[in-house]
Amino acid sequence: MSEDLHSAVAAGVLGAEKDYRELLQSIVEVARAIFRAKASSIFLLDEATDELVFEAVAGEGSDSLVGVRFPSSTGIAGFVLVSRQPLVIEDVLEDPRFSRETAESTGFVPKGLMAVPLLHEERALGVLEVLDRPSDAHFSLAEMELLGLFANQAAIALDLLQRARRAQEVLADQGDAAVLARLAQKLELRRAEEEDSAAAELLAALEKVL
Amino acid sequence: MTEEPLPAWSLPTDAVERIALPEAWPGEVTREWAWGEATGAGVRVCILDSGVETGHSVVGDVQESIAISLDGDEVIVDRKDTAGDLCGHGTACAGIVRALAPECELASVRVLGAGFTGSGAVLLEGLRWAVEQGYDVINMSLSTTKQKFASLLHELADSAYFRRTMLVASAHNMPVESYPWRFSSVISVGSHDQQDPFLYYYNPSPPVEFFARGVDVEVAWMGGGRLVCTGNSFATPHITGIAALMLSKHPELTPFQLKSLLFLTSTNVGGES
Repeated sequence: MSEDLHSAVAAGVLGAEKDYRELLQSIVEVARAIFRAKASSIFLLDEATDELVFEAVAGEGSDSLVGVRFPSSTGIAGFVLVSRQPLVIEDVLEDPRFSRETAESTGFVPKGLMAVPLLHEERALGVLEVLDRPSDAHFSLAEMELLGLFANQAAIALDLLQRARRAQEVLADQGDAAVLARLAQKLELRRAEEEDSAAAELLAALEKVL
Repeated sequence: MTEEPLPAWSLPTDAVERIALPEAWPGEVTREWAWGEATGAGVRVCILDSGVETGHSVVGDVQESIAISLDGDEVIVDRKDTAGDLCGHGTACAGIVRALAPECELASVRVLGAGFTGSGAVLLEGLRWAVEQGYDVINMSLSTTKQKFASLLHELADSAYFRRTMLVASAHNMPVESYPWRFSSVISVGSHDQQDPFLYYYNPSPPVEFFARGVDVEVAWMGGGRLVCTGNSFATPHITGIAALMLSKHPELTPFQLKSLLFLTSTNVGGES
């Protein structure tokens, strides 16, 4: 079974992308709330174009940034992605290029930010950022730990989202794999709706053939 | 050495004198012995990173700015890189090293900027180039999670170690394997949350070997800026700077001895805080 077909079947596909998008949105909402931050976002690495894309945004910029793209290896998010290192900027002491450049990739000028790579197995999938925590909030190693835990969760969600999208592409395709994937999807749906004996029998027969 | 080189893998009794070490270590190794009065003079430190901004007041002079990129399989080395720092991070690391070892030579080897795709290969080639140049210390916060680069990076890290180039790399606490910081031929560094730049701890539970200042560190940034930052990648140049001090006072130290000296002078071992 090809990897894409496997993804198509495994993801259950219909509606999955929407669910995973909601999961990502929920992660940035919770990250923003826990760190009492002004905004939080998740960037997905688009390997085809080598760009980072805003996939979910909470707080400032949530109505305008989703879908916005920028080059993958510049700025803080780009560095975090390449280095696989979390980076926290607590405070801007002297206003350097930092403000302008991060404003371009965040929609506003933050005083500080936390950025952490989203890693799943060998792959770097994207970056989670939390912008502008309250000025009285002292950063500690415990918060770095917390950020890492969030990143792990976000990376899993991002991986699922990517799988769902690949699966959608397979379904939209006309090849043999797509026919099989569509069949698997239909069977799955029918089985979910009721105890469909015809579907169960067909599955059992297929199992035998395989 | 003008004599015939010794056989690579053995030591005949009559050759023992030839490997006598020039300096005997004291019974108790102190920080004063390790780097007292040292300035980093004569030590070449390489910052393998996002570039270093030249002329930043905190960083001072940068002796070399090199950029590594790939055109297909061909490695392009630009020895007069004028792009400066593409992120700010390399400038931050250079500033920390400069503050600790004010008279060391700084070389920036930029391996960032050509896009994320291919960044692992550029990192590898940048490190290969830096090792070939024989820098005394290479500071790197970059790592890769790609298995296919692991064995090549391992070979490079070992080759640096045997050529007396100390690789100092940021450890990270993500739940995935990454390289080259996990290799035992490099010094890996994590963060403690205290403010003293000369406070460093040996970790008896590797793979992270040392902890140095990495929380709320005031650093240089691009555009002449200054930020307060947190992360293991700011702890790493603290150890790089201290290693540069040690090497400027004891240039004969091998990476093995340098690591031992860091251990013996760690705050939780024999060093004062």
